[in-house]
Amino acid sequence: MKSKDSKSKLIDDMFEDFLPNIHRAFEVLKDILKRPSAMAGGILLLLILLTSVLFPLVFHINPLDQDLMARFSPPVWQDGGTWKHILGTDNLGRDILSRLLYGSRVSLLVGFSAVLVASVAGIFLGLVSGYYGGKIDHFIMRIADVFMAYPFMLLTISVIAVLGPSIFNLIIVLGISDWVTYARTIRGSVLSIKTKEFVEASRAIGTPDLIIILRHVLPNVISPLIVLATLRVANIIIWESGLSFLGMGTPPPMPTWGRMLSEGREYITDAWWLVTIPGLAIMMTILSINLLGDGLRDALDPRLKNL
Amino acid sequence: MSNLIEVYKLSKHFPVSAGLFSRKKKYVYAMDEISFTLGEKETLGLVGESGCGKSTASRTILNLITPTSGQVWFQGQNLFALKPYEKRKLRQGIQIIFQDPFGSLNPRLTVKRIVEEPLLTHKIGDRASRRQEVEKMLTKVGLLPEHMKRFPHEFSGGQRQRIMLARALILKPKLIIADEPVSALDVSVQAQMLNLLKRLQEEMDLSYIFISHDLGVIRHVSHKVAVMYLGEIVEIAPVDPLYNEPLHPYTISLLSSVPVPDPKKKNRTRKILQGDVPSPRNPPAGCRFHTRCPDCMDICTREKPDTRQVKKNHMVACHLYQDGELWVPPLPNQ
Repeated sequence: MKSKDSKSKLIDDMFEDFLPNIHRAFEVLKDILKRPSAMAGGILLLLILLTSVLFPLVFHINPLDQDLMARFSPPVWQDGGTWKHILGTDNLGRDILSRLLYGSRVSLLVGFSAVLVASVAGIFLGLVSGYYGGKIDHFIMRIADVFMAYPFMLLTISVIAVLGPSIFNLIIVLGISDWVTYARTIRGSVLSIKTKEFVEASRAIGTPDLIIILRHVLPNVISPLIVLATLRVANIIIWESGLSFLGMGTPPPMPTWGRMLSEGREYITDAWWLVTIPGLAIMMTILSINLLGDGLRDALDPRLKNL
Repeated sequence: MSNLIEVYKLSKHFPVSAGLFSRKKKYVYAMDEISFTLGEKETLGLVGESGCGKSTASRTILNLITPTSGQVWFQGQNLFALKPYEKRKLRQGIQIIFQDPFGSLNPRLTVKRIVEEPLLTHKIGDRASRRQEVEKMLTKVGLLPEHMKRFPHEFSGGQRQRIMLARALILKPKLIIADEPVSALDVSVQAQMLNLLKRLQEEMDLSYIFISHDLGVIRHVSHKVAVMYLGEIVEIAPVDPLYNEPLHPYTISLLSSVPVPDPKKKNRTRKILQGDVPSPRNPPAGCRFHTRCPDCMDICTREKPDTRQVKKNHMVACHLYQDGELWVPPLPNQ
């Protein structure tokens, strides 16, 4: 009875920590609106997400339909382009715009989810490793070393070969092969934060470790993570394309930005739009995420407020 | 008179790894058998140069570090023999203020949350009463209630120390360990802070263990002073006897190194120590001070001096004072 009571108290305490943060979410939002670059990034990302979700519903061209008569049709603004295929067609005469929009679903889903999996695992292990130190730290860091020493491609290929290619497996595999970066970054920051006097002061009054980690350590180490995570989304999208190229990613006819890049690579001298268009899409996505991430980091730091 | 806190032969030796293939464990002798007592509404000044174990002492008393040996009795209870929940309860009575006003406040929390945290940890009061309490404490240390919503970076060093003080006071402690609370502040702000500490001592019946390397500050606030050298207390006495007639050669040289703002006293003799403090990893045999002592005798290199009570309440550990009465710290609560 007593322990149950103290447990619910603990949860109350945690709410005490996060409730003001929910309140502050609006302030952070307002803060972002004041930063032009962050707002541009946010709007761009929102547009990309909206088009990838909504547009295929109204845009009735099947991305798998082949129009062999219209192979390598250039975009509409170039000589020989038609309104039928606004962004042109690829080597099999498939419509690039349609492939781009359908592909964005897979690429964004894989990119964001894998980063989520990796960062959650990495943050947890990094916090534990850095805060407790000693044997736990050694154990986790040695596992991390093994992951780092093991070629990432080999790891993913062997896991995918066993589990079979699917989007879910891809997310899990990319996530678990990428947690090391997060764990090490977090661990380093935790090591420096935990010697700060406010952590010691909190321990001196007898605050439980869990609360100390959530209240004092995590908020102070999260900034580099936001930047790291936004950069990793880009990497994951590229990795996914590499795996797709090897037949280990999403199953072949399914369009993804990565596959469009790797398939178009062969024709780069004859049909520039095959690689340029998905490349631009990736670039715009990454740019928008990075701009938003930078703004978010600044908005979350009270020291940088009103600058 | 019963004492608020009694520290009995408290030691801390930090183990250091002596290399991969060495079986022998090595230690840093950070603090060796220090004993003192402190009554209610008293201030003990703890002086000594960097690395002499002042902070180790404070953190051990706070229970942040487990001592190698020794006891600390607080309000008649042995701190290290308590069950965890009793310890938590008792811990409310001892609070700490740190030196660095920039590292001691979490930059992500508002002042309200920082000051309120001890109440949260010890599950005292509800939201409204906690808020009231925070307001009261902020006013008490000379800040305004509207400062609650601000973040630490919006304050000056002196104000941050006041926030830290408000946080320390909110649990109504009996003892505050002040670990160099003013050494990071300007002199004018130092004076304000010291006077505030003195005023609060009267108002809230506080005792302080006041750690500093600034002898002027120690003299201003303390009732008694303990001088530490290389992990040991070499001299402990009420403030006036210690400053007027210091006995231990280390205390004498320490006091003679204080600059005197009077040009007429220019020709006073100074005892300047030669050399550096030996490493606490490998403290000298015999008296730990003998490598630098101007009055070093033959016996000092061989035998560790006993602590003797040379005058009333004036204890010193030095072979020069053989005629004093041997002083053994009384085992607390016996």
